[in-house]
Amino acid sequence: MSIFRETTLPNGLRIAAEVDPRGYSASFGYFVRTGSRDEVDHESGVSHFLEHMMFKGTARRSAADVNRELDELGGNSNAFTSEEQTAYYATVLPKYQDRIIDLLTDMLRPSLTQADFDTERKVVLEEIAKYEDQPPFGAFERVMERHFSPRGLGRRVLGTAESIAAMDRQTMYDYFTRRYAPANIVLAAAGNVDFDGLVEMAERMTADWSSLAIAAEPPADDVTQLPVGIQTDAVIASPDAAQAYLVRISPAPRGNDPDRYAGRLLASILGDESGSRLFWELIDTGRAESCAMWTQEFIDAGALFTMLVCHPDDLVSNRRLVDDTVARFLNDAVNAEELAQAVNKATAGCIMSNERPSNRMFGVGSGWQLRGEYADLDTVLQRYRSVSVEDIRRVAQSYLTIRPTETLATAEETELAEELNQDVGLPTAG
Amino acid sequence: MNTVTVPEEVVRVAELANGLTILAQPMPWLRTAAFALAVRAGVECEPDDRGGLAGLMCEMVQRGAGPYSSRDVVELQDNLGLDHSAGVSAALASFGAAMPGPSLPAALKLYAEIIRHPHLPGDQLDDARMGAMHEVRAVRDEPTQQVILRLKRMQYGPRDGRPTCGDEPGLEAITMSDLHDFYAKRYRPAGAMLAIAGNFDPDEIIALAEELFGDWQGELLEIPQDQAGQPGYEHIQQDSSQTHIGWSFDSIPLSDPNYYVMRAGVGILSDGMSSRLFDRVREQRGLCYSVSLSAHSLQNRGAIMGYAGTTPERAQETLDVAFREIAALKDGIEQAELDRLKVRVQSSVIMEQESSWSRVSSLISDWYHRGRVVTMRELEERVESLHVEDILGYWKAHPPGSYRIVTLGQQPLNVPTSVT
Repeated sequence: MSIFRETTLPNGLRIAAEVDPRGYSASFGYFVRTGSRDEVDHESGVSHFLEHMMFKGTARRSAADVNRELDELGGNSNAFTSEEQTAYYATVLPKYQDRIIDLLTDMLRPSLTQADFDTERKVVLEEIAKYEDQPPFGAFERVMERHFSPRGLGRRVLGTAESIAAMDRQTMYDYFTRRYAPANIVLAAAGNVDFDGLVEMAERMTADWSSLAIAAEPPADDVTQLPVGIQTDAVIASPDAAQAYLVRISPAPRGNDPDRYAGRLLASILGDESGSRLFWELIDTGRAESCAMWTQEFIDAGALFTMLVCHPDDLVSNRRLVDDTVARFLNDAVNAEELAQAVNKATAGCIMSNERPSNRMFGVGSGWQLRGEYADLDTVLQRYRSVSVEDIRRVAQSYLTIRPTETLATAEETELAEELNQDVGLPTAG
Repeated sequence: MNTVTVPEEVVRVAELANGLTILAQPMPWLRTAAFALAVRAGVECEPDDRGGLAGLMCEMVQRGAGPYSSRDVVELQDNLGLDHSAGVSAALASFGAAMPGPSLPAALKLYAEIIRHPHLPGDQLDDARMGAMHEVRAVRDEPTQQVILRLKRMQYGPRDGRPTCGDEPGLEAITMSDLHDFYAKRYRPAGAMLAIAGNFDPDEIIALAEELFGDWQGELLEIPQDQAGQPGYEHIQQDSSQTHIGWSFDSIPLSDPNYYVMRAGVGILSDGMSSRLFDRVREQRGLCYSVSLSAHSLQNRGAIMGYAGTTPERAQETLDVAFREIAALKDGIEQAELDRLKVRVQSSVIMEQESSWSRVSSLISDWYHRGRVVTMRELEERVESLHVEDILGYWKAHPPGSYRIVTLGQQPLNVPTSVT
């Protein structure tokens, strides 16, 4: 049996863990409540750039030391930045707990030297260039910008080539002091974890974290101007693209809304990559390469994504099929078998992903950071199983009736492209 | 301090008279189970002018089988909670799934029908073909994929290096009679493998598998032989943001006794953030975001393949630094570099105990490449016994050369003179 333990240190750092002494490994991660939505225009991309810089050395370690020690501990370590979180994590054998905590904790107080900043800027620019060669990635960035506006939740995680080229080290340092205060951070763990040892060590190592002088908030953006490097046209011309990529966002239940389980099941019934209504309409028939729906939950908003990938010639007819399928879904109620099938699929997925401590650690960390909530596997399974046909109907009426924001990446000049481009008005955050 | 050890492993092997091998590894501490069923029906069996036949076959067998319609199959997969996949490689067509443990018997029954009694509905051929055409087009929107596909062809030759997604003329030409013929010749028990791992009763599951597959018949047919690929340089002109660089050279297959010695060298070059390529190309010089090197293996041949993506003005330096580092491996390895690699392998061996699906994949790979199961303990011991001198000796005796190089981007690069 796994047990949940949590505590808050005097400096405000929260620690949460799902401890299971039967595990073969242990996962640890620092979840910082900061991401692209917390940036202003001239900081665009700083959360992600800073994430890279955390691997470049500390007062006690050079960049090479950090990389070498991570490798010496053998497991899998990495980091990610999203719109509202930045996380640093590692999965190791339990015998390395103290060493990995020493390393991860030290990394969160980085040197941020000018030389490392200049070298790593090039790597981030390469990362941006890499995604420019992938048309669907651009379509996702653009639909977020159009739906949420290019600031707040719609701000690009990577920033733009312009914002990264113009950024200076002081901007990053000031941002760091504002966002990496201990009260803004959760240390999460799962698997074969020595919780008391973890708390003792974290407390000792972070004792001086509150002493950092915090920089003033930057001036607010001029919202009458678009940020540098940002366009908000609905259509992205992608001359080399063989396929057409259409991405939509409609509102959906937010992260702490009890309806989020119904929202996920609704997306599964309508648009799971296998066995859903859109699957039978568009994938089984070979009309599209992919057509999928899923939800993403943020702190104060939710997004129902639809992605359609097909031959440019079939885009208009396939888009109509998607609309027809959604309209039918709103008219004919979901039947109990269809819901049961989606519940079975979702709960089996939870059981399987729960098997690895690393996945559990992400659940514990994000849940504790963004919602202050812990839910064990059986609770989550129960929440899926208690969703009724009526819940699905109600959630569908609340969200699917709202006109989605759309973006299209394609090589072809189509009437649809013209129609979408007419629609230049920026919607405000939902 | 908490300590964990690899539990005693028992892998049950049952070789049926019809040539199917069943590999079963109980992992009773898990809540899940997984299986993979592989037949010798990969792209190497395709007629030259039917590129994509193996993949289309793999799709068509799932469109209804035995008592189940196409919709029934999907409904059953969902209700059993199968996280399923199917696909083809050079040699194999593989079908598999991970699932909550109790679903395993029903899942095996379903897949026995799919493999042995598919309907192959003629009225669905065009739908499936259109789906396959999408995959071919999708590759064009993935520059990295495009480079790797071209590279595999140069490395392994036109047969073993065929793209698994096929090509448009090949897909266009496929008829139902091609599919029936391919099914009859290639979906046979001889040389096939069924691997099962996770939470199940081994006696019960092996008996069930024997019942489901024991009376399946068919000899293994000869597979057309290939000529080797040729060294050289190809450039794909495209107005992309990055220059995508792929390279490869001859190496040894998994079955070779020196495999671990060779692979350790690749690991020192490319496994982890302190590896030489990551450190010298990305960390010290900021030349790119992605750079990697990996060992790839067919049954009788192996290759080492590398990839880097970088903006055009840094592409030449990226290629030069990467090649220099690879060539310099033979000049010296620090003990600490090897020690890090050993910890990495030990950790991954122990963590593989946490996933029935990754265990199943290893069982199939071991049996196909080596004709036996390598236990996690054996793997750990083999790696633990590696010495720096062995690795240096191997890389001195087998220096990288005869490079195949593919670039995609705005302009070609200067490649080492030994290639041109």
